[in-house]
Amino acid sequence: MSSTATVGDLVSQPYKYGFVTDIETEKIPKGLSEDVVRLISAKKEEPAFLLEFRLRAYRQWLQMQEPDWAALGYPGIDYQDIIYYAAPKQQEKKASLDEVDPKLLETFDKLGIPLSEQKRLSNVAVDAVFDSVSIATTYKEKLAEHGVIFCSISEAVKEHPELIERYIGSVVPSNDNYFAALNSAVFSDGSFVFIPKGVECPMELSTYFRINSGDTGQFERTLIVAEEAASVSYLEGCTAPMFDTNQLHAAVVELVALDDASIKYSTVQNWYAGDENGKGGIYNFVTKRGQCRGARSKISWTQVETGSAITWKYPSCVLQGADSVGEFYSVALTNNKQQADTGTKMVHVGPRTRSTIVSKGISAGHSSNSYRGLVQIGPKAVGAKNYSQCDSMLIGDQAAANTYPYIRSQQPDAAVEHEASTCRISEDQLFYLQSRGIGFEEAVSMMVSGFCRDVFNQLPMEFAAEADKLLALKLEGSVG
Amino acid sequence: MIRPDAPVLLEIRDLHASVDDQTILKGVNLTIRAGEIHAVMGRNGSGKSTLSKILAGHPAYTVTAGSVTYNGENLLELDPEIRARSGVFLSFQYPVEIPGVSNLEFLRVATNARRAHRGEEELDTFAFEDLVRERLAVVQMDPVFLDRSVNEGFSGGEKKRNEILQMALLEPLVAILDETDSGLDIDALRIVAGGVNQLASSDNATLLITHYQRLLDLITPDYVHVMAAGRILRTGGKELALELERTGYDWVDQELARLEGGRTPVEVG
Ligand SMILES: Nc1ncnc2c1ncn2[C@@H]1O[C@H](COP(=O)(O)OP(=O)(O)OP(=O)(O)O)[C@@H](O)[C@H]1O
Ligand SMILES: [Mg+2]
Repeated sequence: MSSTATVGDLVSQPYKYGFVTDIETEKIPKGLSEDVVRLISAKKEEPAFLLEFRLRAYRQWLQMQEPDWAALGYPGIDYQDIIYYAAPKQQEKKASLDEVDPKLLETFDKLGIPLSEQKRLSNVAVDAVFDSVSIATTYKEKLAEHGVIFCSISEAVKEHPELIERYIGSVVPSNDNYFAALNSAVFSDGSFVFIPKGVECPMELSTYFRINSGDTGQFERTLIVAEEAASVSYLEGCTAPMFDTNQLHAAVVELVALDDASIKYSTVQNWYAGDENGKGGIYNFVTKRGQCRGARSKISWTQVETGSAITWKYPSCVLQGADSVGEFYSVALTNNKQQADTGTKMVHVGPRTRSTIVSKGISAGHSSNSYRGLVQIGPKAVGAKNYSQCDSMLIGDQAAANTYPYIRSQQPDAAVEHEASTCRISEDQLFYLQSRGIGFEEAVSMMVSGFCRDVFNQLPMEFAAEADKLLALKLEGSVG
Repeated sequence: MIRPDAPVLLEIRDLHASVDDQTILKGVNLTIRAGEIHAVMGRNGSGKSTLSKILAGHPAYTVTAGSVTYNGENLLELDPEIRARSGVFLSFQYPVEIPGVSNLEFLRVATNARRAHRGEEELDTFAFEDLVRERLAVVQMDPVFLDRSVNEGFSGGEKKRNEILQMALLEPLVAILDETDSGLDIDALRIVAGGVNQLASSDNATLLITHYQRLLDLITPDYVHVMAAGRILRTGGKELALELERTGYDWVDQELARLEGGRTPVEVG
């Protein structure tokens, strides 16, 4: 069919991160039990408080039911058929990058995340996580000069146990939900960020998650604390090889902002999404929550979700401090048989708290894309304000988009504003662009990135162009 | 300007086309040489816009018979974007709105696509700013329209000016202007007509689709064609338009009846 064809099904461009690194890994046997939880904790040489935290979570998890309220359909997950710990066989985390297995460095090179001194990004510090383990963190010394701690969470447990004990589970309690409980029991690694009072983090921080093993679950845990008047911008990226079985990814991210602090958390999620028939791909069940504990604090979530077979994810803000601000900017693109149920929760507790929600859902192929958002205004949130905008774009006529906005207000004078729209890329719009010499795919991608502009503008500069390219790539070779 | 020895830019031969199994064009013949200005007139629904969209390559229409040769090439084989890059331009009767896509960026990408095709250097944002400001003058358009989304919220007349701005940037060889005059106020009509005259040269050609003499007072056509029921029924000079102004289209029915009646019925068997 020539490119003049009508807007038809979209078939994704081959996923270019689908390779597997051949590296010896240490894995524990499949299955989950109290012994497995103890084994993980022992392997990581954890202090008693953390083992207790894990065991409590595990027992809570046993009592809980997998949630079924999302607009998602997938066969049941067999939790005994998953490996809960896998690590590349290199004993200790290396002090110097020269000692890291070159195969791992090569893997990250291939993913566009060079870690070596010469090639690494100039103004971004990176923590690279491979399967369950953080393998390298760049610019640690430079950050330490400013009092900023940026390291893997395992390392933080060893070096800064008092901070971990104080903050872990303080935003997302271990019994918060089914997947959070599971994560709390078996989490492997992730990043820890601590910005002390009054410090503006001198560079972008970024964690890159790479799943490599086929039968391993990925349970990372990220904790970011910004003390009074501190600020940080953090970005996470993720990819996985192509396997034709589904893999479970259940992460927990907790953010804490004290008085006048600000945390900007951006995600570019590109886990393997499965093939065009819906075979394989990551099941992404993630709990992300930020707590604006202090007055005038601010937490901003920006996400570009393009991967995963299933996405279940609601980055949220609890606005406790007076005049605190929560933001959520999201682009979720689904194609082929992907399913996404994503959105946010803005919980207004303190007076004059403000929140903004901008959600852009793009559904192509036979995919399904739902926005689910809750704006809750408590009795003390005098003068609270929320603005929500949820836009959906449909490409082709086989895709579905839904919007489920929930508003619960116990404050009669709160201002809550919700706008929603749905549009479809029309044949006439594409023809118009084509008739001016713009190729069909470029025309689609121009319209899609135009649709997402409000969100891309929120991404750190270095990554906005990346996100734009990523969307174009996901739709490439696709229309016609 | 008619020059019998000028190269033929567009040659339409016995063009038949349909949409959703409904035949709309029933044998259009038209030859356009470099330097010429043609006007196509005709009743509502006679097939003028259909012809223009088929020339631009709209996917909804199927050509069932006939041929179109553009600059020696089979036009119908080319994708719409290739037609545009090689110099075919359609100013739409109803330009669509494209929310979210910046007009300036759109104009730049389009201009560069055409330039690349001509082997010219692509323009960066700064060089393009200069060019676009110069071409804005052709249609006396306010630069604020560059910062908006393509046609979004533009008034009818503003959309038409934006079309001619695109024409000024793309420098087509064959420009088809589908009712560019409708929706324009008196001053705008004069400005747009002035722009079209300014862009017309001995190397390119213009096909004006219009209902009104007032446009042809400002842009003098070399040929006037009357379209009816999917074909060109009559061709004349600029005086034909003046005659239509007096007589209307009543004669068309008789002419069509004569044509239909004179046709040998096709045996079905
Ligand atoms: N996509 C389509 N689907 C169905 N019918 C169509 C389509 N496009 C054109 N037609 C029909 O073809 C005929 C010719 O339409 P066209 O738009 O070419 O007329 P026109 O000569 O440009 O008329 P006007 O002067 O009103 O602009 C009309 O009867 C119209 O309804
Ligand atoms: Mg028309």
